[in-house]
Amino acid sequence: MQTKRMTFSSKWLPYALLAPQVIITVIFFIWPASQALYQSVLRQDIFGLRTEFVGLDNFVRLLNDPLYLNSLNVTFWFSVGTTFLSMSVALLFAVMVNRMIRSRDTYTTFLVWPYAVAPAIAGVLWWFIFNPSIGIMPYMLKGFGYDWNHRSSSTDAMILVIIAAAWKQISYNFLFFLAGLQSIPQSLIEAAAIDGASRMKRFWTIVFPLLSPITFFLMVVNVVYAMFDTFGVIHATTEGGPAQATNILVYKVYRDGFVNLNLGSSAAQSVILMGIVIILTVIQFRYIERRVNY
Amino acid sequence: MASITMDNLHKVYTGGVRAVTGINLDIADGEMIVLVGPSGCGKSTLLRMVAGLETISEGTLHIGERVVNNLEPADRDIAMVFQNYALYPHMTVFNNLAYGLKNRGFSKAEIDRRVRDAAEMLEIGAFLDRKPRQLSGGQRQRVAMGRALVREPAAFLFDEPLSNLDAKLRVQMRVEIRQLQKRLATTSLYVTHDQLEALTMADRLVVLNGGQIEQVGTPMDVYSRPATTFVAGFIGSPAMNMLPADYLRSTQASDNLAHLPQAADLIGIRPEDLALETPGDGDLSLTGKLLLLEPAGAESHLHLKFDGLHENMIIRLPHVPSVIEGQALSFTVRRDNLHPFDGATGKRVS
Repeated sequence: MQTKRMTFSSKWLPYALLAPQVIITVIFFIWPASQALYQSVLRQDIFGLRTEFVGLDNFVRLLNDPLYLNSLNVTFWFSVGTTFLSMSVALLFAVMVNRMIRSRDTYTTFLVWPYAVAPAIAGVLWWFIFNPSIGIMPYMLKGFGYDWNHRSSSTDAMILVIIAAAWKQISYNFLFFLAGLQSIPQSLIEAAAIDGASRMKRFWTIVFPLLSPITFFLMVVNVVYAMFDTFGVIHATTEGGPAQATNILVYKVYRDGFVNLNLGSSAAQSVILMGIVIILTVIQFRYIERRVNY
Repeated sequence: MASITMDNLHKVYTGGVRAVTGINLDIADGEMIVLVGPSGCGKSTLLRMVAGLETISEGTLHIGERVVNNLEPADRDIAMVFQNYALYPHMTVFNNLAYGLKNRGFSKAEIDRRVRDAAEMLEIGAFLDRKPRQLSGGQRQRVAMGRALVREPAAFLFDEPLSNLDAKLRVQMRVEIRQLQKRLATTSLYVTHDQLEALTMADRLVVLNGGQIEQVGTPMDVYSRPATTFVAGFIGSPAMNMLPADYLRSTQASDNLAHLPQAADLIGIRPEDLALETPGDGDLSLTGKLLLLEPAGAESHLHLKFDGLHENMIIRLPHVPSVIEGQALSFTVRRDNLHPFDGATGKRVS
């Protein structure tokens, strides 16, 4: 077998070509990650004068801390809610747009726009819409007899952050679902129609199973998004409140580290998050490559 | 089992494209009708109109006693075999066959019996637990057939079912489909662009062009008496030679052409109706220069240039003659093998 082996005129050229990527990885990942690992086994006194080695004590404390366990719980429901909401709305839109012929591209363009909005801006947008004193949604909900206040009700707060986080992700999911729908041969749907399946039945027995590889891929992507990319959304809307109701893990890392200056605990939390990312990445590569359904 | 009656069927797409215009066709119970024509002639559109996958713009369609114009595909009691088979990739072969029966609420035992019967008939019993991607092209084709069979529908619709198979398999499946159709005596509508498939499989052949019927008839009828120059050129390979009648009148004895109608200004001659000249054989005699000899095993195709004729002629001989390119050759043809056409309308004149 012939091996493809590049030969370089200079011994240094290959290293020079690799350097930019290596430098970026070292500065923005390896260095901070090792800092976090290092910090996670240290503890400072209140004035930051002494630093002592405490082993895994930071982790032990965390796992016994009701606030941290609450944050885990909040993150779980937030991820599940965001993923489910953004994916189901996106699938609904994709199915509707896929039925159009001439206006399909126009709708697609409009539906993709929210993806270009920065998370913090999306947060502010929804903060205004749901603002208990000036927002339009609380005003309308009042008409139905519901007194919306995400500053005092933890359920309202959770709903708000889920909507704000999911809204942005709908565009992304929509594009993938639309592409998936378009790759299903029309003749399959026609065959199912001749086979006597109603529209709903065709969707659930033919279309949805055929979308399953995409659904699974999006599920992982959305969970990762909800867990790690929603800092801006939380920061701009609820800041983790009320009473820790929307304090997701990523936000708690920031609060504990940079607001409360508990660096050891904050570092230990980021190490745990890193572990979660690694697990999710492994799941994604393992199963996506293997095409879930057929 | 049912007859199919098409009464003045039209298909006009939004935007005004007319895909099918004024189709009248009666298909008898148990008959195998093949729709044949070039790409874009409307044959698939017509089939899909019968299936209910395209709406009917105008006209009425009967399947059996019922007008089915406004019925859903599922309610028309038809089964269709698609060009790409359209097997459900996430289901096993068994479930592919059973899907239509399940949707119609058949009992488990009945589904099982029908699927196994069909599988046995098509020799796919060993693959019932496999997914479609684990099957070869020919096996997938059989599964697609099976899915149509299990339903025991009033009519089968075939949309170029063999065009994704290799040449050898195509011949084999062609024979099997035809045998099966004869055994079950199910009314069938079969779309193809392959004229050989059309000739070999049809009880009656429908040649379509530009959304209209050019000719309907038994394969041999259509072949031996093409109704238009289009049919003459489309059915038969190599295609029928077309000569201006004036050319023949100027080169041939007039009594050989006396039987031709005056209106005929275009004369068709099948490549196999021309024979290398041996004295006393045939009526007309033509002499041309051999441009190219194509040996094709049992037969050979000769391309000739005739003086005063713009287009080359093709002659098919049942052997490979020992001639050399550039040589002048004489051919004879019997006068009842001339097909007279009106060049302006393209219609056969008699």
